[in-house]
Amino acid sequence: MILFTLRRFLGFVVTLLVAAGVIFWLLDLLPGDTAQFMLGINATPESVARLRVQMGLDAPAHQRFLGWLWGMLQGDFGMSYTQRAPVAELIWGRLGVTMPLSVLAMIISMVVGLPLGILAARQRGKALDTALMVTAQTGIAIPNFWFGMLLTLLFAVTLRWLPPGGFTPWHEDSGAALRGLILPSLALALPQASILARVMRTALVDVTGQDYIRTARAKGLTMGEAVWRHGVRNALLPVLTILGLQFAYLVAGTIIVENVFYLPGLGKLIFTAISERDLILVRGATIILIVAVTATMLLTDLAYALVDPRLRERSAP
Amino acid sequence: MRRLLTHPSLVLGVVATLVFVALGLISLVWTPYPIEQIDIPRRFLAPGAAHWLGTDNLGRDMLSLVMAGTWTSFVVAAIAVAIGAGIGVPLGLAAAAWGGPVEWLVLRFSDFIFAFPSVIVAILITTLLGPSAINAIVAIGIFNIPVFARVARGGALSIATLDFVAAGRLAGLGNAMIAWRHLLPNIMSLLIVQGTIQLSLGILAEAGLSYVGLGTQPPETSLGLMLRSAQGLFLIHPWLSLVPGLCIVLIVVALNIAGDGLRDAIDPRLRQGNSNVLA
Repeated sequence: MILFTLRRFLGFVVTLLVAAGVIFWLLDLLPGDTAQFMLGINATPESVARLRVQMGLDAPAHQRFLGWLWGMLQGDFGMSYTQRAPVAELIWGRLGVTMPLSVLAMIISMVVGLPLGILAARQRGKALDTALMVTAQTGIAIPNFWFGMLLTLLFAVTLRWLPPGGFTPWHEDSGAALRGLILPSLALALPQASILARVMRTALVDVTGQDYIRTARAKGLTMGEAVWRHGVRNALLPVLTILGLQFAYLVAGTIIVENVFYLPGLGKLIFTAISERDLILVRGATIILIVAVTATMLLTDLAYALVDPRLRERSAP
Repeated sequence: MRRLLTHPSLVLGVVATLVFVALGLISLVWTPYPIEQIDIPRRFLAPGAAHWLGTDNLGRDMLSLVMAGTWTSFVVAAIAVAIGAGIGVPLGLAAAAWGGPVEWLVLRFSDFIFAFPSVIVAILITTLLGPSAINAIVAIGIFNIPVFARVARGGALSIATLDFVAAGRLAGLGNAMIAWRHLLPNIMSLLIVQGTIQLSLGILAEAGLSYVGLGTQPPETSLGLMLRSAQGLFLIHPWLSLVPGLCIVLIVVALNIAGDGLRDAIDPRLRQGNSNVLA
């Protein structure tokens, strides 16, 4: 297990290093002078020169790359030129919206998706199963941001139960902050819950045909007991893999849904940074997103190995 | 062919998909009104005889916009599938045929690409080159590469142990010829099914990217872009958001039904697969 963990962790570090390299190289690739690009065509040569020095652009590329990496390890992501604030601070503030939103969406999709998947598998072939799977099929096809618009129309405009958008900071009124995240997390959760329900159903149906279920039945358990005690645990394995992938992409998906609800999350920060050509901010925010995605995948792998001892023995997936 | 027609969901999905493709194709030569025709006095019209789906905030005909937008969405998603399959399938086949370090490299490469959700790729490209439909194509295409690589490798591995492949090796075929002559034709059905799924995911992704301004730009139009321009108005004029949104849902459902049907028709054993998991 230790060897497995070490190997996975090494893979994680290498992935991040290469990803950082790709991001750095891509944003360094911008035609012309980066400082000129950031300041626009009307900038005076003096201000461009000043920015170059300020950004350390006079150093060779590999030195700047290593400097950037070293800084990030110490929590220093550089200074945002447009916002005149440390990038780490800006990102940290925005994560207070993006992370709770992703986690909330994940919880909702699990609470809704998994039981429905189990229910569908138990009712396999009956009307309820068909109805649930048709619903899931539709749920997968609905763009989450558009579903967000529909939710706003119903719950914020027509029923007036929840705010249509905007965000109250946690330290001002955490209840209001949470209420502001309900609709966006529902919007994010719908396709995820549909996928989870489908995967859960398939996995459970798969497992139901296994020998150990028959053995359990032979020992006198009812079908329901056998599936519950032996089936669900085994069926959760493929579900776990999907969960990890889903959470990773959920974090990226929040960027789009935040837009519908005018939430001041990471997405808003990135889009402003793009339009103001704040490369340092874009670089910091994208690397943070990639850290989130890769770390989730690492944790999933480790959790999987923890749950399924068979996997620890194998060297590669 | 007759065998395929016995699968009602396949027929339904394919026909529905073709209807949308046809609508898109027609938009290339004819739309009820020119899509760039702005007619402010005629804006926010309800659906009627002159405008079947009404008009938008600039007085443009919604039906014409939907037709043209559907075409853009299909084209973006289709080219992205071509990119993903064009790079991913050879990688997957190489991994299966050569094994060893090649396989290791391909697997690590696809793991690495998985760390870049298409939104992040689109953000990076947009910062580099400014927003355009090409961004969406490249971003979604890159996302498709590891998906196809894994499907191709998985399918090819199960075939590589069969006798006719061994016979091919005895006949003196190299790895490349084995992959091309024996592995590829046998995983074609898998690839077509995956292509359908990636096409539907691509349409969803294009909508998302264009909606946040990282994809298609005016005066071009796409279903996602229509949602973007309707965003500020949707509390007062929800219709403008409902039409393109519903259109996306219908296309994606049609493609998914077609994909599921295709999978069942080609190989009932594959029914267990849950490949449609990466939204």
